[in-house]
Amino acid sequence: MNDKSQSLSEYELAARQQETRRNWLLCTPALVVLTLAASGPLLVMLFYSFLKSGNYGGVIYEFSLDGWFNVILVRDIFDDVLRFADAHLSVFWRSIKLSAMTTVTCLLIGFPTAYFIATRPRGSRNFWLFLITIPFWTNLLIRTFAILELIRNNGIINNLLIDLHLISEPIQILYTDVAIMIGMTYVYLPLMILPLYASMEKLDFQLVEAAYDLYATRMRVLRQVIIPLIKPGIVAGSILVFIPSLGAFVTPRVLGGGKNLMLGNLIQLQFDQGQNWPLGAALSITLLAIVMVTLLVYVRYSQRSGVRDD
Amino acid sequence: MTQLFKKSIVVLAMVAISGSASAAGELNLYNWGNYTNPELIAKFEKTYDVKVTVTDYDSNSGALAKVKAGGHGFDMVVPSANYVQIWIKEGLLLETRPDQMSNFKNVAPEFANPEWDPGRHYTVPWQWGSVGMIVDTSVYKGNINTAAIYLDPPDELKGKINVAPEMNDVISSTIMYVGGEPCTTDKEVLRKVRDKLVAAKKHWLSMDYGVIEKFAGHDLAASLYWNGAAFRAREKNPDVRYGYPQEGFALWMDSVAVLKDAQNVENAKLFQNFVMLPENAALISAFARYANGISGSDKYMPDDMKNAPEIIIDPKLAGAGKFLQACSPKATEMYTAIWTELQK
Amino acid sequence: MTNLTIEPVNKGKLFSIYKLPGFTFIAVACFLMLYAPIIILVAYSFNSGSSLALWEGFSWRWYFSAWENDTVQEATLLSLVIALQAALYSTILATMAALGTTRTRPFRGQTAIYTMINQPLMVPEIVTAVALLIVFATIKQATGYQGLSYLVIAHTAFCIPFAYLPIRARLEDMDTSLETAAADLYATPWRCFRRVTLPLLWPGILAGAMLAFVISLDDVVITEFVKSAGQDTLPTFMLGQLRRVITPEMNAIASALLAVSVLLVSLIFLINRKKS
Repeated sequence: MNDKSQSLSEYELAARQQETRRNWLLCTPALVVLTLAASGPLLVMLFYSFLKSGNYGGVIYEFSLDGWFNVILVRDIFDDVLRFADAHLSVFWRSIKLSAMTTVTCLLIGFPTAYFIATRPRGSRNFWLFLITIPFWTNLLIRTFAILELIRNNGIINNLLIDLHLISEPIQILYTDVAIMIGMTYVYLPLMILPLYASMEKLDFQLVEAAYDLYATRMRVLRQVIIPLIKPGIVAGSILVFIPSLGAFVTPRVLGGGKNLMLGNLIQLQFDQGQNWPLGAALSITLLAIVMVTLLVYVRYSQRSGVRDD
Repeated sequence: MTQLFKKSIVVLAMVAISGSASAAGELNLYNWGNYTNPELIAKFEKTYDVKVTVTDYDSNSGALAKVKAGGHGFDMVVPSANYVQIWIKEGLLLETRPDQMSNFKNVAPEFANPEWDPGRHYTVPWQWGSVGMIVDTSVYKGNINTAAIYLDPPDELKGKINVAPEMNDVISSTIMYVGGEPCTTDKEVLRKVRDKLVAAKKHWLSMDYGVIEKFAGHDLAASLYWNGAAFRAREKNPDVRYGYPQEGFALWMDSVAVLKDAQNVENAKLFQNFVMLPENAALISAFARYANGISGSDKYMPDDMKNAPEIIIDPKLAGAGKFLQACSPKATEMYTAIWTELQK
Repeated sequence: MTNLTIEPVNKGKLFSIYKLPGFTFIAVACFLMLYAPIIILVAYSFNSGSSLALWEGFSWRWYFSAWENDTVQEATLLSLVIALQAALYSTILATMAALGTTRTRPFRGQTAIYTMINQPLMVPEIVTAVALLIVFATIKQATGYQGLSYLVIAHTAFCIPFAYLPIRARLEDMDTSLETAAADLYATPWRCFRRVTLPLLWPGILAGAMLAFVISLDDVVITEFVKSAGQDTLPTFMLGQLRRVITPEMNAIASALLAVSVLLVSLIFLINRKKS
């Protein structure tokens, strides 16, 4: 009997190893391409962040910590005193702030919308989802310009409000942080709605019904039944919105008017007019670090609550 | 099956693209976006049986980065005056001696021997212009020939000002406003520059491109910007006027150069010679609406450009114009620090 | 799912457990909000004037000028060629990767693989773009090869996670009983894959391919840095126009592209419907 179980577990082990091999084999082509054109270049970036900045852009192959140094500290050009680089720090802060606000706004708008779609008759749901994704297929630059046309002083919204006599002078929406938030919300809304919908579709409404049977009010049902059950979708959607908006570049550029830099713009500046590649590299890696931390929190959370990510 | 379908589309498309290259030679031009007249290209292609491709860039530094990195495949580039020395020093340009080409005699004398390309050994004039104040005179009726418009703005203009996000143009303009010399590293002067800019920024609406639409739609009332855009803005909003700051305004010139690692050197030289012909220079100007540096091109220019105050500078105001040079790395470092602080 | 309604004892109204206060209103507002810019975009593509703000009358002129504009034609063609190839390759690679990482027992290195695959989603494009510029430029100088492959590889790489996620989701949802049944009937793994798994997985693969296609078509930053002479795609072309003047020609191109994508997807949607 011992022999039999022994050989069985050996067999199991061999099968496992074969499975692992097969899995690795299947993944290899994708991994090769990604190493070549995604991860590998990142290592190059890390390497560059430790080099000296060339005079007109580019790098000189000498070791230097200036890039990292300049992320948070800067030597004042007038008094030669070391100060905190509040230019950089305020850009960091603005990015995190705007991304968080965008995520919350997407949640507030996306939740009811996803709920609406999930409670449509089964056959029509795909159609509604289809409708949600169509705007996604228009070119980003053009979409952002379309929003610009909407919110500018002489644009549709302001003109409408003036015609309805609600305001007498156009409200300055364009070129403010609010404009950037509107733009980013618009771009990333589908990314919030889809995961939310995925969770809601699996929602067992019998639980909801049971709650109502127990005389719960609608608000209570929402708060204590629906939201906890949808939590994986909420978290997934939030991640999918927060991370890209942190590194956003085109939207803040077009709608912020170049006056309000976000991290993506700050990084691009180093490779363009700023001509400080090591600093740009260091800033990018810092951005990555923030993203990693966020993801780690997410993974830790989903492991703890025993929910699998999709 | 759909994969086969996809593959066949790909093959057909590739055939379609490659099928068009049947000319005797090739030329790859790397130029500013929306800056090359397709008619000019077509004319060159027909005259010399060369297939020309034009690729766009939108900043001097971006173009420099791309070419420095190598492996780009371009033959020609169109840098601004204050960058030409950088390109030369980095060993990226080919010394093609335009001054020895047959059409060189057409180059206007004031541009035949600029400080930034003595004797014109590398570059040929493409277009030139100025950086000044575009103002909507229905909003502000005072003197527009001053940089105070954006640095110490009058009340009517506050909150409706745009400043072009061009570090060199803005900083040199401000340096001249506070009384310094462009490319200075004088700390006192630069401190004043920084303080003035940071204080003025709160009255600005934006630091962006694409102002023509904004003047047409009355989003903007003033902007530090290039003269060609002023001309086009005036076409849409007749109240727009262009001012030349008398404290000192920047002049820029873009010139066409051949890259050292160009594959099609002969065609590139032909192109350099080609654009020195007055009628061709006029074609370039007619497209982007800027003046060119070739004498005799006036008679080929479109009528509305012949007398435009944005293109032909009033001699009374012209004295304050200065061509921007490439500044020392030390100066650039300081300006970048000021610029970053301004942009935060 | 039919609308379950419960009639509580003392109210005369019908009580629906699905209705939450204000939700429908927000949802409708959301749809309107999503489409308003698109409608404006399409509307202004028919503007007879050259402004994006002042309506001057109806006209097809921008569609004509876009059709005749050589640069636009080449850019569009290039965008399509790259997007098709990127979608094709990334979908194949992503399908394989999805099969290798889903529905198996956890194996060593699985999280690492998962991180690598999703990495393009997390890294800002500008970073990847400059890094790619440097790496590819060195190769270009060494080999002298200038072709489209660099762009295709770069696009394939960042499209992989976009193709991967829907395929993986679909795979997870599939139940294994059909495949086990096939195995019971002595089907070889390859046969089982081709005849059972693949058809079941097909909607996921299609979704992944479409997503990859759109993402590739839309890319600006990476393409801008990696491109060589004469390799302008539609977005990089538009970026170049950004600095000068924007005419409704851009709107016309975008509207045309949109119409084509919508048609394509609707077609695929309908075909799928017919199949099932």
